[in-house]
Amino acid sequence: MAMNKIRGAFAVPRKGETFELRAGLVKESIQKTIMAMTLGKDVSALFPDVLKNIATGDLEQKKLVYLYLMNYAKSHPDLCILAVNTFVQDSEDPNPLIRALAIRTMGCIRVEKMVDYMEEPLRKTLRDESPYVRKTAAICVAKLFDLNPVMALENGFLETLQEMIGDPNPMVVANSVTALSEIHHSAPETKALQINTNSLRKMLMALNECTEWGRVTILSTLAEYKTTDVKESEHICERVAPQFQHVNSGVVLAAVKAVFLHMKNVNPELSKTYLKKMAPPLVTLVSSAPEVQYVALRNIDLLLQKQPDILQKELRVFFCKYNDPPYVKFQKLEIMVRIANDRNVDQLLAELKEYALEVDMDFVRRAVKAIGQVAIKIESASERCVNTLLDLINTKVNYVVQEAIVVIKDIFRKYPGYEGIIPTLCQCIDELDEPNARAALIWIVGEYAEKISNAGDILGGFVDGFNEEFSSTQLQILTSVVKLFLKRPEKAQGLVQRVLQAATAENDNPDVRDRAYIYWRLLSNTSDSEATKNIVLSDKPPIVTTIHSLPPALLDQLLTELSTLSSVYHKPPEQFVGHGRFGADAVQRAAIEEQLQNARENPLAAAAAAAADGTAPPAQAQNNVENLLDIDFDGGAPASAQNEPASGMSGLEGLAGTPVRVASPAVGAPSQANNNLDDLLGVFGDSGPAQPSAGAPSGSADLMNGFSGLDLSANGGGQNKKSNDDIMSLF
Amino acid sequence: MPNMQSGRCTSFFILPGGVDPPHPCFRSSLQLHDSTSTMLSGILVFNQKGENLIFRAFRSDCRPRLADIFRIQVISNPQVRSPILTLGSTTFSHVKHENIYLVAVTKSNANAALVFEFLYRLIMLGKSYFGKFDEEAVKNNFVLIYELLDEILDFGYPQNTDPDTLKMYITTEGVKSAITNNPTDSSRITQQATGAQSWRRADIKYRKNEAFVDVIEDVNLLMSATGTVLRADVNGQIVMRAYLSGTPECKFGLNDRLLLDPGESSSGGRGNDSGLGTSRATRAAAGSVTLEDCQFHQCVKLGRFDADRIISFVPPDGEFELMRYRATENVNLPFKVHPIVREIGTTKVEYSVAIKANYSSKLFATNVVIRIPTPLNTAKTTERTSQGRAKYEPEQNNIVWKIARFSGQSEFVLNAEATLTSMTHQKAWSRPPLSLSFSLLMFTSSGLLVRYLKVFEKGNYSSVKWVRYMTRAGSYEIRF
Repeated sequence: MAMNKIRGAFAVPRKGETFELRAGLVKESIQKTIMAMTLGKDVSALFPDVLKNIATGDLEQKKLVYLYLMNYAKSHPDLCILAVNTFVQDSEDPNPLIRALAIRTMGCIRVEKMVDYMEEPLRKTLRDESPYVRKTAAICVAKLFDLNPVMALENGFLETLQEMIGDPNPMVVANSVTALSEIHHSAPETKALQINTNSLRKMLMALNECTEWGRVTILSTLAEYKTTDVKESEHICERVAPQFQHVNSGVVLAAVKAVFLHMKNVNPELSKTYLKKMAPPLVTLVSSAPEVQYVALRNIDLLLQKQPDILQKELRVFFCKYNDPPYVKFQKLEIMVRIANDRNVDQLLAELKEYALEVDMDFVRRAVKAIGQVAIKIESASERCVNTLLDLINTKVNYVVQEAIVVIKDIFRKYPGYEGIIPTLCQCIDELDEPNARAALIWIVGEYAEKISNAGDILGGFVDGFNEEFSSTQLQILTSVVKLFLKRPEKAQGLVQRVLQAATAENDNPDVRDRAYIYWRLLSNTSDSEATKNIVLSDKPPIVTTIHSLPPALLDQLLTELSTLSSVYHKPPEQFVGHGRFGADAVQRAAIEEQLQNARENPLAAAAAAAADGTAPPAQAQNNVENLLDIDFDGGAPASAQNEPASGMSGLEGLAGTPVRVASPAVGAPSQANNNLDDLLGVFGDSGPAQPSAGAPSGSADLMNGFSGLDLSANGGGQNKKSNDDIMSLF
Repeated sequence: MPNMQSGRCTSFFILPGGVDPPHPCFRSSLQLHDSTSTMLSGILVFNQKGENLIFRAFRSDCRPRLADIFRIQVISNPQVRSPILTLGSTTFSHVKHENIYLVAVTKSNANAALVFEFLYRLIMLGKSYFGKFDEEAVKNNFVLIYELLDEILDFGYPQNTDPDTLKMYITTEGVKSAITNNPTDSSRITQQATGAQSWRRADIKYRKNEAFVDVIEDVNLLMSATGTVLRADVNGQIVMRAYLSGTPECKFGLNDRLLLDPGESSSGGRGNDSGLGTSRATRAAAGSVTLEDCQFHQCVKLGRFDADRIISFVPPDGEFELMRYRATENVNLPFKVHPIVREIGTTKVEYSVAIKANYSSKLFATNVVIRIPTPLNTAKTTERTSQGRAKYEPEQNNIVWKIARFSGQSEFVLNAEATLTSMTHQKAWSRPPLSLSFSLLMFTSSGLLVRYLKVFEKGNYSSVKWVRYMTRAGSYEIRF
């Protein structure tokens, strides 16, 4: 009715110059309206004016009106109904482009009332003669399910989609799989996507014919499929492996994932051939666009942790180009260290030395660190590594020297025999201004105190400035002085008293004070002087590796997530995405959605609303906060997220920068990233003992990084702590 | 909460306080599951100032406010060191092209490789439509871009992104929209947009059937200061321009070792116009190359290539990239460069750079440009060259030496001197590598040759084929 009225008003001649001019005018105005919409201006007031142009023969104009509708339908749900007629009519238009457009747009108008009118057109278009319309309708089922699952289920649309996997058109197959897969993942109870021998065959057939994006969907679905027997696995591998040669990296990685996961079931010989086959395409990804390269490199890192020898001969491919973006360079460094072996180590060292002389401080530090990792990984190359590090120390570039010292400390823990270089190290003492580097050198002096004639003088210098040091350095000074005293009591009698005095009386850091008391107590134990030595000077277990590796369980989980964000972050998806879209949290979200929208200009009110919802179970609260995070990005919001450590962490890491930066074993970065996070973490108690056991290793690793000074004496310290109780009882 | 009644969810969905729902769908959230789905929530385009040029949401969770967040967190933040940023549960993946940022917003554990491939495909589409895809092009064509986005993404899932197909029904001038308004044409177009051969129309006719094959190689080199080759490899692409009628089945042969050796019985012998014998010995003598890896256009039957290394395809009409490949063995380097760079005290740097062409004297390279880095505190430079012109570009910190035409086997020298200003804080010069760019026709660094291109068509017409070879500098860097 209303439509007719509107049409009546516009009953002008349908041809001739005036008509064309008028049409042009109308279209231009709509274009301007949409322009304003993009710029964020609120043009929703024009809704009726734009809407009346919907019934047009001009496809371009129709698309413009539809675009406008999709954007503002929510604010004018009642007016939207006026458009229904046109939609329904269009969905029966002889032109398949218009039929598809109608059904596509209908699904995007997320207004409850629209849903009732969608049923019939959707049913028809799903059976349309044109594959273009069918493939559009297939996706529309997912849209409907998102809006109103009951209706999608009751109308049997899911069954229709399942039948459509057998469609003769590959794109229809791909989109049906896409839609079913989305429904299945958001509501597993529907069992929307059940693969059987028949649908498997259909999908494998469509795989070679559909678009590259469709291939990614099908390959991901195949990867998730649990095969029934070895034959089936073999078959999938056989059919998927040719996709390694596809030009789209998304397809290549999806194929790698599918083969990698199904390969486990086939015989070892065969799986070896597949491993061999996937290496060249992986290497090729390294020459793609930097962002794609980055994703590929992070994935290669994962694959190498599982299969360390797949890229053994490919070291050179990972050499950094001068103009590579830093995130690519850092990742290449890590991979090079992973594939280093005694055959390519010379090449690698020459290259790392080159990097260590560049200007980007962060990159240089990582290069130096890599040299240390190689030294510890490949025993036969350790001498060359140490020499390279000495060369670097001789450059006198401040941050190179500091990093080199930190690295050499680790090398001493594996190869104590390099003590000959200690004099060279001690010469740099005045250049060290970072707590890490100072602590490292002090540790070395303490460890080799009996062989360094002026150890007392060196440590004496540090004891003089004890109160100005960072606490990580103070702990190290304390330990080293005690070591010196135990090894050469005559030299350090005064020193040890001074340092214990300073640490207990003038220091307000409880860790430092506690450790000082422990040593004091130990040293005053005159009945068994050997016991103290046994504790403080005990042999430390040698370092096996300094290369960061993921725990096996997490690694296996991440391998099922190849190519996804999860594989880029090396974190399970739960840590950075909301849980499911249908359920408690979705309800909660729906409920606060309106509030948030109203409160958009007023973050405080929104925060208050979220706080009010805080009575809900943790999962919900956390999701509220994610909403808040999205909308009012003011950092105050995450507070209530702390109910759940894992996701709370992820949010915070996001705040501080990219999680990648946090996750990678960076030297300087973590301490910067953590600056105010530490406070937050501390406040909410997440950094406490619960954290490591909560299965968030990457997160806790960062924390550990911050305490690398402590790490050093972990062994001695651990034993000390056992006696801690006794001492405590004394007070 | 009164406002729970409104909103876009059905009343069924909005239950207060997360009480256990009656429908099975509801319980899903209680289990931890997450989709590895590929969906995008929205596509955003920004200029360098951070103005939002395009905002297209595909999911309701892509809110307008996200544009501000991206602007603050990425565009105005010099510290960003990753193309992926996750805040809360929103992930921004961005690519910078010309003077615009293209951003994909995702809310799930999205397929990162696919997201970036899609953004790059968007750039390619933009270039294909507007020639250049920059701020101006976006501003002038924003309606078309919205139209394109609507077509290539549905509910955040990429659809057909083939530029040739899209150009049939999404056009810049309203001219061709008459076609799309005609139902029969539309059925044909939509048939193609979804068909097994989505890249080709059925009714193509040419009076003269021709195919041009361009073998283009980018040769990459990294040479150490001592003159050892640290890394040399070739990224090649084979671009074809096919002007062939009907539905031609093409077979394409290279002197690839894997192609030649294993399949003795393959089609190599029959109809072989390169005149090579069939015995393995002669093949080896003719020189073959090892391709580390190949990637093919959508149209190539990957299954066949995997089984018997035959490159078989029905080509799209016009220009397309048939394949890419990588070669690392026996790479012929077209240029040898010997730089001698001496830092004299802190005030002067002396350069002597010799460059020799390492290819046949019958060939010549064009647009040879050698970029020689100078320290940041260079005040002025003097250059002398035995060929071409050299100029100091202060903004790049380079001496740029250009030689328009460089014949094979010749050798040229540049002598230069950079005078440095004294600085209060003397920082060591990082000596970035010297780099080269050039293009050289009728030469392939990998040694790759096209052996045959055979066209089979129902019409049985004869066709003319042309092959051209070119080698360019990829990343050709020499340390000193």
